[in-house]
Amino acid sequence: MADITTLHYLVVAAGLFVLGTIGVLTRRNVIIILMSIELILNAVNLNLVAFSRMYDVHGQVFSIFVITDAAAEAAVGLGILIAFFRNKETTNVDEVDLMKW
Amino acid sequence: MTPVATPFFFYFLAAIALLSGLAVITRRNPVHSAVALIMTLLSVAGLYLMLYAPFVAGVQIILYAGGIVVLFLFVIMLVSLEKAVREYQFNHQWHVAAAATAVLGGLLVYVYVKGRGIFPARAAVMPETLNTQQVSLSLFQDYLLPFEIASLLLLVAIIGAVVMAKKRI
Repeated sequence: MADITTLHYLVVAAGLFVLGTIGVLTRRNVIIILMSIELILNAVNLNLVAFSRMYDVHGQVFSIFVITDAAAEAAVGLGILIAFFRNKETTNVDEVDLMKW
Repeated sequence: MTPVATPFFFYFLAAIALLSGLAVITRRNPVHSAVALIMTLLSVAGLYLMLYAPFVAGVQIILYAGGIVVLFLFVIMLVSLEKAVREYQFNHQWHVAAAATAVLGGLLVYVYVKGRGIFPARAAVMPETLNTQQVSLSLFQDYLLPFEIASLLLLVAIIGAVVMAKKRI
């Protein structure tokens, strides 16, 4: 079989990115949407690490920053979800209309 | 030392990552999605190992699979989902969303086909044992200020999460 090049990793990352985008755009459940965002961030990380294989470790350092950001985003997002569930007893995004007038 | 059976492991891990990713966005029960997300994260960690990035792979397993997914599972436990599981799982604009993501995927394929020559075919030869040292040197020398800003970001996230989860906002 042929050698595995950077392009192979980029294709896998693109697949994960598209899956995450589909999840964010089509699902109703906020928890699944947050998980899809994690999929997107993983795709970006895979791109960064694949490119850092060719050049230097800068891509890996940047992917660590992205992981930090993902942790912060998950904590705040799930906190918002709990606060919202306390008010409306639902987790569907299309029922989030508390701030509409 | 040359790696053994690299294509086999690559296709194996990539297939697990993509199939579990598909399970994440299609399962009705969020707990099943979370378990599929763990599978995706672990196989991506395996891909990091194949890219000679063991430190990032360890961080991925500890922080993502061990931290963030557990956070997800705790929130699934706190939020009652019996009603949501029985409801329709996709929103009304999923046709538009499918078209948009198809365009995005087509764009990515086009860019990869056109830009195939830009990517160097051969990877840079890096010493395999020094990865963690290299990452830490880069993190604490070149990226010291972003590192400190990341700690500030985490502090803000902690405060935000605590404020959000309070009884009365």
